[in-house]
Amino acid sequence: MDIGLGHYLTVSAIIFTLGVLGIFLNRKNVIIILMSIEMMLLAVNLNLVSFSVFLNDLVGQVFSMIILTVAAAEAAIGLAILVVYFRNRGSIRVEDINLMRG
Amino acid sequence: MIIQGIAFYVFAALLVASGVMVISARNPVHSVLYLVLAFFQAAGLCVLLGAEFIAMILVIVYVGAVAVLFLFVVMMLDINFRELQAGAMQYLPLGGLIGVILLAELAAVLGGWIITPAAQKIASAPAAAMGSATNTEQLGQLIYTHYVYLFQASGIVLLIAMIGAIVLTLRSREGVRKQNVGAQLARRREDVVAIRKVPTGEGV
Repeated sequence: MDIGLGHYLTVSAIIFTLGVLGIFLNRKNVIIILMSIEMMLLAVNLNLVSFSVFLNDLVGQVFSMIILTVAAAEAAIGLAILVVYFRNRGSIRVEDINLMRG
Repeated sequence: MIIQGIAFYVFAALLVASGVMVISARNPVHSVLYLVLAFFQAAGLCVLLGAEFIAMILVIVYVGAVAVLFLFVVMMLDINFRELQAGAMQYLPLGGLIGVILLAELAAVLGGWIITPAAQKIASAPAAAMGSATNTEQLGQLIYTHYVYLFQASGIVLLIAMIGAIVLTLRSREGVRKQNVGAQLARRREDVVAIRKVPTGEGV
């Protein structure tokens, strides 16, 4: 029962896939989509940390902290946009977000 | 060694289970709480790996800041989540197909993974030089020397995110009576006080 690099990579691959699946399943709910993105970033973090430990190179953990910073910033900005959008439109349905006809 | 293996499988199983619950829970508040559970399990995996500092930062930043922010937003917005949930199952075949393909690709990549001895030699330079220092100490010595610009840049990212969030959500409401300090200080006695000479018995 020796836990190697492959075990950790498998777990993070499963979590990343769950994040992608969550985006597809909850296409109407922006909050769940944002949570799925957080989960994908968590999987990437886990990947970086496990490589850093098993390759005995600390730089992976440094970059993992950078990803953490970006994830926090992204969550703050995303939720701020969500709050402003809800204030203007009274709904957060993804299909309604077509004001700019993009 | 066997305890480490058991701990890994417990953490991993709980992580995957709470990840499934995040995307499938009916109530978004439950989703956020399962997300918190997932972050705790990931922190446990990091402790198991020996990356204690990252584990604690995961708990502090993800659970303490990001998940609580999500919880606040979910509870503050008055949304009919039943309506948003409707028709979610129609995307299950496509989403499941893409998920399976992605997982198969990742498995194919990871299955054939071999680390060349040359890469191992190059990679292990910075950490090996620091000897028996703790994880946090090693990270600190790396961040504040080699990666100081990256550290400053992440600080700027956070500053911009903070300013952006404030600018986005700030609003000036009409009809709210607030203290206007500038107007108060600009008031002069001559403008607002008038002294009249009132004749006796006639009034103003």
